Amino acid sequence: MKNKKFNFTKLILLSVAISTAVVSCERDLSEDAVFATNSNTGEIFTDAPVELGSDFYFPFLGSKPTAWSIDNNEGYESSASMRIDVPNANDPEGNYAGAIFRVEGQGRDLSGYNALTFWGKASQGVNIGELGFGLDFIEDKYQTTISNTSFGTSWTKYIIPIPDASKLFDERGLFWYSAGTQETGGFGYTFWIDDLKFENLGTLGNPRPEIYNGEDPISQAFLGNSGVLDTPRVVFNLPSGMNQTVSASPSYFDWSSSEPTIVEIRDSGTIQMLSSGTSVITATMAGVQATGSVTIEVVGEFVFAPTPTRDPADVISIFSDVYDDVPVEFYNGYWQPFQTTLSDDFAINGDNILNYTNFNFVGNQFREPTIDITENSNLHINMLIPGEIPPNLDFLISIINFDGDGVENGRQQVFFNSSDFEADTWSTLEIPITLSNKDGLGLLIYENVNGSSLSNFYLDNIYFY
Amino acid sequence: MKDNNIRIKDFKAIIIFIYVLLMSSCNTDETQTVATFDNLVINEEFSTDGNLDSSLWNIETGDGTAQGIPGWGNNELEYYTDRTENLSVENGYLLITARQESFNGSSYTSARIQTKNKFQTQFGRFEARMRLPNGQGMWPAFWLLGDDNNGTEIWPNIGEIDIMENRGQQPTTISGAVHGPGYSGGNSINKEFNFSDSRVDTDFHVYGVEWGENYINYYVDDVLYNQITPEDVTGEWVFNDRSFYIIINLAVGGDFVGNPNSETLFPQTMLIDYVKVYQQ
Repeated sequence: MKNKKFNFTKLILLSVAISTAVVSCERDLSEDAVFATNSNTGEIFTDAPVELGSDFYFPFLGSKPTAWSIDNNEGYESSASMRIDVPNANDPEGNYAGAIFRVEGQGRDLSGYNALTFWGKASQGVNIGELGFGLDFIEDKYQTTISNTSFGTSWTKYIIPIPDASKLFDERGLFWYSAGTQETGGFGYTFWIDDLKFENLGTLGNPRPEIYNGEDPISQAFLGNSGVLDTPRVVFNLPSGMNQTVSASPSYFDWSSSEPTIVEIRDSGTIQMLSSGTSVITATMAGVQATGSVTIEVVGEFVFAPTPTRDPADVISIFSDVYDDVPVEFYNGYWQPFQTTLSDDFAINGDNILNYTNFNFVGNQFREPTIDITENSNLHINMLIPGEIPPNLDFLISIINFDGDGVENGRQQVFFNSSDFEADTWSTLEIPITLSNKDGLGLLIYENVNGSSLSNFYLDNIYFY
Repeated sequence: MKDNNIRIKDFKAIIIFIYVLLMSSCNTDETQTVATFDNLVINEEFSTDGNLDSSLWNIETGDGTAQGIPGWGNNELEYYTDRTENLSVENGYLLITARQESFNGSSYTSARIQTKNKFQTQFGRFEARMRLPNGQGMWPAFWLLGDDNNGTEIWPNIGEIDIMENRGQQPTTISGAVHGPGYSGGNSINKEFNFSDSRVDTDFHVYGVEWGENYINYYVDDVLYNQITPEDVTGEWVFNDRSFYIIINLAVGGDFVGNPNSETLFPQTMLIDYVKVYQQ
């Protein structure tokens, strides 16, 4: 027994030696690799998790924490795979499946690979919402995502190209997924993933990086304003000849500002407007010039909304830097399919402003829990329309109350027109509440009606008093 | 993926097997003799920037109408020009570039060169080292066409040897074919070659044939992937009795490849590092 074991070890050593000697012609490991201590293992899951440690699975908030398991009856050319049971939308334990796989301890050196690959199939044809890597719940610095990936019912190989592997010499976020039932009428399904690993594919095309969708928008910003850089994309031609678009974190890109004294790029993927003027922001990725740019015109100093002075004890705040806000699910629900409104919220010197662009309608939702305003009489909103006030402005604010079962039982509608606003000046909208049921307020909706062409506005200090 | 309980006896065998595999993956298979033609007669390395050597090459222009075959017989969409926008020699490479532009009634431009009456020969080893373009509708080709006896004979009776053709939407696949009487167009005798860990648009590869009496061998780099002989063709073998000349072109669209779509990026460039011909 002992003897055998010894032979076994020797054999392994011999094989390692041979492999090293012979394989070296296939991939040259740089001799001055800096982070040589990090494991360069590519495998994440073959028939079991590979070198992930014991504590590696971290579900997203609100997702069903038990969605992931190892299935010992299914596998790609094997008998085991990862199984993800996407729950029904009404599952009390969580209405979707999603998690990160974070290697325990030190990160991995993935710089020798160019793609994360796996074999996958599902219990029915379905698009899996998001798949990727680079999320570690610490910095999420190199988040990489492919969206709406079509899964069929037979095993198929999938490829998630790495935007620039040279950045990934110490990466803990090896895989993440998020899948819901938006497409399946709220009913759950199962999908399987096997042979999940980083690979160096010779069959992958060269990266084509893009910022701002490959377009060249012009954007206005105020002095002192800070902003967030666009999430860039990289298009790769797959071995099949199909293009795969990968959403990449701005950290993969080297950004530059044509006038750094006007607009400064900060490491965190943000920009800061330092002085008046115009600057063009461009980027490269792995030495390749990205298509697209953004031109930022820094106009004068931003005028802040009047600072609220009411006693905090009398106020229930939805959005304000002066008061503590109640829990708000969202300031923009991106309601599909008809909403066009985007958010370009910003902060100047710590004062946060909601900015809605390409506006048709948008909502602020605060239903977990709803708020009781039986002691309050008014809704207060500060609103600024930059540039010209559209003469046909017809702006509707709806205030909506819900009963204990979550059914709407009261809606107050208030209309505003162009005479209520002055260009580039904060208006204060004071709305007396006329609702009879007002113990379960949960939603504010802002809406263009009757052909109103309002496109861009700011909101601040949304509160009941 | 598989049962992890490997017995030690098996393990030894596996190690040896892996060793053999690894060794063979690194080295060219020396036992495969593809070069019986070793007398280099054409060595075009495109070493003079700007100019294509006119003693060897003709530049063919137009959309095929002048030749009596509009769309070059395949419903191709390009108009071939001799402009540097479409054809140039730079840094030791010949660049053939397909562009999307209105030109003499066509929507695309590109280039096509050939050696008719300047270099024609029978038998030999023809090879070119090339990097191909990418995208739906790109149709790069390196091929040989038989002499038409001053226009008295017509295709396909004159024979055609397609050394390499690629569909831009298939970046890991090329094909080699012969056309002759009874086996032309969609009925050509052909075979595909698939790259397992490389691409045509990111890497240079050598595409070649070794053409002798009663055989044509097709190879990519050091891999011989097909042999076509008179037994394989469904008609008369027309490759023993005449001389052939070389054609290199980048077509856009047409029956073989389909037309470009919204995802096809322009311009697209085909790079040719060298063209070599060896004979006995």
